[in-house]
Amino acid sequence: MGGLNSVPDDQRYRELADKTGFSLEQIGNLHNRFKQLSHNEDTLRRDDFSKIPDLACNPIRAEIIEAFFDKRNFQSHGVGTVEEIGFEEFLTIMSYFRPPSLNMSEEQREELRRIKLRFLFNMHDTDNDGTITLEEYRHVVEELLSRSGALGRETAKGIADAAMLEVASISMGHMEPDEFYEGITFEHFLKILKGIEIETRMHIRFLNVDTTVLCK
Amino acid sequence: MHVAHSCLLGLVLLTSLTHEVPTEESSGSPSKHLVNETRHHGSAHHLETDSRVLRVSSGRTQDEAVLHNSGNHESAHQPKNISEVAIVSFKWDHVQEPYVIVLWIFVAGMSKLVLELNHHVTSVIPESGLLILIGFVLGGIVWGADKAQTFTLTPTVFFFYLLPQIILDAGYFMPNKLFFSNMGAILIYAVIGTCWNAGAVGLSLWGCYEGGAMGNLDIGLLQFLLFGSLISAVDPVAVIAVFEEVHVNEVLFILVFGESLLNDGVTVVLYNVFDSFVSLGGPNIDAVEIIRGIISFFVVAFGGALVGVLFAVLLSLITRYTKNIQIIEAGFIFVLGYLSYLTAEMLSLSAILSITFCGVCCQKYINANMDERSVTTVRYVMKVFANGSETMIFVFLGVTAIDKAIWVWNTGFILLTLFFVLLYRFIGVFVLTWILNKNRLVPIELIDQVVMSYGGLRGAVAYGLAVMLDDKKITEKNLMISTTLIVIYFTVILQGVTMKPLVQWLKVKRAAETEIKLVEKVNNRAFDHILCAVEDICGRIGDKWWTRGWKRFERNYISWLLMKPKPRKSKDQLFGIFHKLNLEDAMNYITEGERRGSLAFLKKEDDVQVDFKKKFGTDVEDMMPDIMVDTEHSGTDHVPVISFMRDPVPSVSLDMHEQDLQGMRGGVDAHHLLQEHLYRSRKHHRHKYSRSNFSINQSEDEVQEIFQRTMRSRLESFKSTKMGVAPGKVITKHPQKERQQKVRGHPKNFLVFYLSATGKNPKSHCVKNKEFQIYLESPWSFVKSFKSNVFNFFLCLYHTSYRNVISLQMANGKPTDRSRSHPYGDEDFEFSASASASDSASGGEGATAGGYSFRTPYTVGAGIENPAFMPEMDTPPPMHAPPWLNQPETDGTVVASQRAQRRLPWTPSQIRRLAPLRVSTRSEDSFVMADILSPDVDPEDPQPRQDRSHK
Repeated sequence: MGGLNSVPDDQRYRELADKTGFSLEQIGNLHNRFKQLSHNEDTLRRDDFSKIPDLACNPIRAEIIEAFFDKRNFQSHGVGTVEEIGFEEFLTIMSYFRPPSLNMSEEQREELRRIKLRFLFNMHDTDNDGTITLEEYRHVVEELLSRSGALGRETAKGIADAAMLEVASISMGHMEPDEFYEGITFEHFLKILKGIEIETRMHIRFLNVDTTVLCK
Repeated sequence: MHVAHSCLLGLVLLTSLTHEVPTEESSGSPSKHLVNETRHHGSAHHLETDSRVLRVSSGRTQDEAVLHNSGNHESAHQPKNISEVAIVSFKWDHVQEPYVIVLWIFVAGMSKLVLELNHHVTSVIPESGLLILIGFVLGGIVWGADKAQTFTLTPTVFFFYLLPQIILDAGYFMPNKLFFSNMGAILIYAVIGTCWNAGAVGLSLWGCYEGGAMGNLDIGLLQFLLFGSLISAVDPVAVIAVFEEVHVNEVLFILVFGESLLNDGVTVVLYNVFDSFVSLGGPNIDAVEIIRGIISFFVVAFGGALVGVLFAVLLSLITRYTKNIQIIEAGFIFVLGYLSYLTAEMLSLSAILSITFCGVCCQKYINANMDERSVTTVRYVMKVFANGSETMIFVFLGVTAIDKAIWVWNTGFILLTLFFVLLYRFIGVFVLTWILNKNRLVPIELIDQVVMSYGGLRGAVAYGLAVMLDDKKITEKNLMISTTLIVIYFTVILQGVTMKPLVQWLKVKRAAETEIKLVEKVNNRAFDHILCAVEDICGRIGDKWWTRGWKRFERNYISWLLMKPKPRKSKDQLFGIFHKLNLEDAMNYITEGERRGSLAFLKKEDDVQVDFKKKFGTDVEDMMPDIMVDTEHSGTDHVPVISFMRDPVPSVSLDMHEQDLQGMRGGVDAHHLLQEHLYRSRKHHRHKYSRSNFSINQSEDEVQEIFQRTMRSRLESFKSTKMGVAPGKVITKHPQKERQQKVRGHPKNFLVFYLSATGKNPKSHCVKNKEFQIYLESPWSFVKSFKSNVFNFFLCLYHTSYRNVISLQMANGKPTDRSRSHPYGDEDFEFSASASASDSASGGEGATAGGYSFRTPYTVGAGIENPAFMPEMDTPPPMHAPPWLNQPETDGTVVASQRAQRRLPWTPSQIRRLAPLRVSTRSEDSFVMADILSPDVDPEDPQPRQDRSHK
């Protein structure tokens, strides 16, 4: 795992900046945070994530944390999961959440959109078979609803089923009664989320100021 | 009187009755005239004759002069000598005021109706502009008749009676999330932008005036600033009217719309400040006064918002407790909303901001607290009010223009105002956006800025403020009014017309016109959490952190205070959408069925629900514990969904209805069915005249009667089947072994009517399961014996592809009745009819299908299952929704997922196989036959119908 030395080195930062598009300050900040989370280790483990207090009440934290350890999300075309990640991987994952730059061509925008959606897709597609099956989808919906009190698992299932059907109807059009919709493929995923401007929404603000002191 | 007159003229015009406008109307008695007008649109001759008629009918004996006099207000009410009793009297003056008002409202409504007749025109010119044009015409007629404008839009009428509901509507329907997430930008545009516009326009005009561009006017700097402040406000009414037709993207819309809403408040405040400055007079203003002005600006604005929030809290609290006065709960929002407006006005705070925030803040809680029907009522009434007064405002704006008295022309002043208004709007928007964009993650694009600037429409608020000017202090008041009107007409008509082409030409991102999709919502939800989590991970206290903090606070404290416990628990946005979509689907489903005229189609609904029951078995039990007493028998319902899902042939049939319907179409002889089965309920003839109760009456008697009829017919048909009277059966492909499904009621708790139609091999005409016991001769006598209101009766259908079991279960709260009702003293009161149904599409599936059975709970009122009657009783959409729609509302738990059910990926194969079975629900013959034949071709339709009908 390409962990960094604990001493930040300028050259290394610059490489990362080229790779991920973050500014040097942002990388510095993120590195501080990384060290804070990993307790000055070179790598992060799942445990480190689960210890983040704010994350504790996130209903789908399991999926999110898993995404950090998913090889598909590192740009190395691997499959499977890893036990620990270094700073570079951490940064790569974070770079999925960079806001779009101001002047982008239509193609760049489309590409960015694909990348971001792929990340989301991978998060749903836990077994990496290229489709989000009903069961996978149900699982996510269940988790999503798990915090909202009285709605039970059955409702979650109902919602997941209905959503799945919607996907089927959007992406397949007319289906013969005996046809079987296996699950959401990435193409369908792109299609159903066409209305959502993912490229302008899936981002957070990375500050140039170090805020790690404020966080637990 | 002139007003009344002109009013009628407008009417006459609208009803397109051509008639010559009488020119010497003022000489005649107005009341007489009025009557004549209405009756004959009349010529002079008619006037004469009618006045006589009038005199006779009103029983007056005065001479002509008295009659003429009676037009005066003073003498109208007391005719001088009454020598005989008036049989009918004509009292125009008595009703004059409300009459005129209502007539004008009617005229405004009619003009809208006329406008909307032609879509080609409205697609080019926005409706608001057209309404103003119609106003011109109406005003012209009034002018022609009265030689003066007798009807104008006064500030009182506008600010007290026309504006509040529009603003309340805007607030109530405000997309809150969008609004608050763009709050910063909106505030900057609304506050800074408006101040900038006001100041810049005022100062520039003053500069030009000093430079001699306007000739000689009696206007000072302060007056110019005052004028600038009233002309600077973008008007929400105009903006909504134009932008709603254009469909720009949502961010752009909320920016323009939010700005227009909030800056009204700002404008009014600015106006008041400058107004008091003007009253003080230039030399008396020092720094202290200016500072006081600025302070008052903030106090007025935020104070107004605060008043609104307080009223929203009050409103939400009240709706928590309106369960017992449900019929009027919808009214509270209007009353309290208006009160918040008036209160703010009373405290000289910003009334517009007050009512806006009242609407914005209360929407979530009152929608959750109130009954769904009340919510619908509120939404509709809100729209009726808002749309109505919007129409009136535009028409009156047009009418007002036709008045020589207000028109003072000063080319320089008017043109320069127009120019500056446009120019500074553009400059303001561009500069502010430039500043905003530095901080925005998603910048506002250039073309959006152009549209924003161009969308700065002025409207009635400006006019109202202009009319409110004090002409003692401002000698050029009329010039200001006419300039304001010109600006309004220019922006609303010209800019309104060109807005659409501009938006198209600039290729502004339009709002994607998509229906709400569950997938999207689910994804959005997931999104929010993901973004939140990533923010947490990278350790930033960011936007999401604040949002989440607020959400938690809101959920824990505010909702706790303002929301009923039940919706609080089950209120989930995702679920809400799910529910809504389900409702929609169910409605469509039924509408479609009705359109095709097939009642049996509707009958199918229960079968769909069968699935539901199966799938959500546990939940349904929770919901209806009293009905589902026999849980021990519903064991089959608990088949885990997973196993269901792994049906060997899982598939999606998105077009399932289509197929079912095809099988059904033409097959159902609805008339016949109706004649045979339909209980012509007294429902149609007997209404409950209750002000507080709004349900269709289902009295106990009626229900019992229906029940009796149904049972009788069913029993008869059953007998006929049993005796082999039923029409001949067709051969099945795969005769199969049958397992008798037996449902036993718990003897202690209730009685089970058990009518099961099970395996019979049609080929050999032998009934395999000879379990055929009728312990009961006449079910209706049994029913009669029930005195209690609480007999819960429901029907369970056990359907599988090769088994057709019908069981009627009666749950009775009084076990003691049992012995009486049950002549043979048997423990179980059961009656099972075995009939046919051995067939299946494939044996392999049969095996799986055998593992479970379907079951339908019916809980409509005292739930009577009558194939013909049910649809009729259930279909009227919103008021009396079918049970599967009602349950989620009342119980707040799981919805009968029509949507999920209808086309589930893994059910269709089953459902499809079941489809023919549903054609005639209980008829085993048709079942057999239809199953063999393809569902599309249904040659034997009359048969099963017959069969069923004499059941």
